[in-house]
Amino acid sequence: MSTMSLRRPAGWTILRYVALVALCLVWVYPFLWLVSASLKSPLEVFSKGLNLLPDVPVWENYARAWGQAGFSRYMLNTFFVTIGTVVVVVFHTALSGYVLGRHDFVGRKVIIGILGATLVVPAGLTVIPIVDLTSALGLLNGHWGIILALAGSGQSAAILLYAGYFRGLPRELEEAAFMDGAGFLRIFFYIMLPLAGPVTATVTVLTFLAAWNAFLIPLVFTFGTPELRTLPVGMLAFVGTNETDWSGMAAAATISLLPVIVFFFFVQRYFVEGIAGAVKA
Amino acid sequence: MQQNSKPVMARIWADRWIYVFLLPTLTLVGAFTIYPVVASIWFSFLDWNGFERAGSFIGLANYNELLADPLFWNAFKNTVVFLVLAVPLRVGLALLLAIILNAHFPLVRVFRTAIFLPVVTTAAIVGVVMRYVLDPTGGPLNIALLNSHILGQPLNFLGSAALALYSAVGIWVWKWLGITLIYWLAALQTIPRDLYEAAELDGAGPWRQFRCITLPLLTPFTLIITLITVIDATNVFDLMLTLTGGGPFYATEVIDIYVYRQAFTSNVPRLGYASAAAIFFGIMFIAVAAVQIIALRRVRSGRHDQ
Repeated sequence: MSTMSLRRPAGWTILRYVALVALCLVWVYPFLWLVSASLKSPLEVFSKGLNLLPDVPVWENYARAWGQAGFSRYMLNTFFVTIGTVVVVVFHTALSGYVLGRHDFVGRKVIIGILGATLVVPAGLTVIPIVDLTSALGLLNGHWGIILALAGSGQSAAILLYAGYFRGLPRELEEAAFMDGAGFLRIFFYIMLPLAGPVTATVTVLTFLAAWNAFLIPLVFTFGTPELRTLPVGMLAFVGTNETDWSGMAAAATISLLPVIVFFFFVQRYFVEGIAGAVKA
Repeated sequence: MQQNSKPVMARIWADRWIYVFLLPTLTLVGAFTIYPVVASIWFSFLDWNGFERAGSFIGLANYNELLADPLFWNAFKNTVVFLVLAVPLRVGLALLLAIILNAHFPLVRVFRTAIFLPVVTTAAIVGVVMRYVLDPTGGPLNIALLNSHILGQPLNFLGSAALALYSAVGIWVWKWLGITLIYWLAALQTIPRDLYEAAELDGAGPWRQFRCITLPLLTPFTLIITLITVIDATNVFDLMLTLTGGGPFYATEVIDIYVYRQAFTSNVPRLGYASAAAIFFGIMFIAVAAVQIIALRRVRSGRHDQ
């Protein structure tokens, strides 16, 4: 394609740039507006129109969102839920991915079939029994209910990623270790799992983003426990009671989105590899 | 593989560590995915408000009521309209963009990252923020459209029943276009470059190259990308609840919101009735997905036979 574009007239190249810059502006502008509104006074948000620069940055908006509106609490809850979910997901998908990818045993095909089928189950279909079950287990009053529900639904892709990777490792690895007297557990934890570092990175990144952004489960789990709300649930509650506080809304949204955007810029590579791999496989 | 001659029980015992390794996944997936599907089917035959420990069995009464409920069919229609508009828009626009961005020129990575940025952000927070961005009085979109004289008076993108669903489609495509773009870029990179070079030597122009090389080689990817996008498009709860809450006047109430409203936000929760709605729609949806998966298998096995 690059050789082709060289022979194209300069007009086409310029047109392409203009179109792409305009498109990217549309894609990025809402975030610029958000940060700008979070630093304006509530009156300025209306009066200054499209001018993104505030007269004086109003940091008080952030203090209001962080303190009074409870976003420090929501942030802590979100961190706890996200990290817990990542740990549980990596643990259980690595174990099952390993045996599904590398061993033949009675029932393997059935399990793979069931995991594949769960890919098309809509989330709305499972939420009522999930709440009912979690409440029956007495887990509705803490973070662990949210963590287990998030870690137990929609993880087939991670399992298949691990299975595919373990399948591709050379046979000799296990045979040599087995000859040296290493058992099943030892082989997995000391040889196979360390080799699967790239998959663990991808699964960690994808799960981190999914858990941070999760909404339905944290929403219905925290109806009776506002102190357990995560950031998106807290956001909905905030605008429900402070609909006219535009700059407070913007500060709260900026606080909620910043960690995940920063995280993404650091780990972009794993993320893009992970989702691109899903299509090729 | 020499184990295959042993009796089944002996094989299971010999493989006991394998089953121990599967235990966490089977427990979690069993409790939070498989049990809920089975339980939903059971719940759909119950009259149950959730305050009592268990409901009473009423057979198919929920389904009968569902089929007669105009608001259910409204939600059904909204979901289908959303799918039919949003899926081709997202898949097509992303393909167009991928073809442009599948090249080396200055800033190409910046463009890709910019388009990808909304993907990583929280859908529920984007929904809330967009209420303000699309606001008819102070929202920047209306101000921009008025200042540039595209509009004579502000549009109530989310508050007007005629517009709200289309606005939601637009926001959804904006939010998720970047991920489809990555899928298409990965697909385009599987096409060997020398095919284009050979075609160029034979005098084929860009359009002919696209029609005779790119499109046919992309067919299996088109099916899988469309399937993924269809699944995504039925899970719009986060964005829709925070953007419009299903309103105004149920104009954007998709199935997810309908189920949520019946189960969690009405004065007397109707868990059985909500489950029946979820199951009914789930069966329709799985049928559509199954057709696509069968088509995908056909195309793939066709490839291997050649």
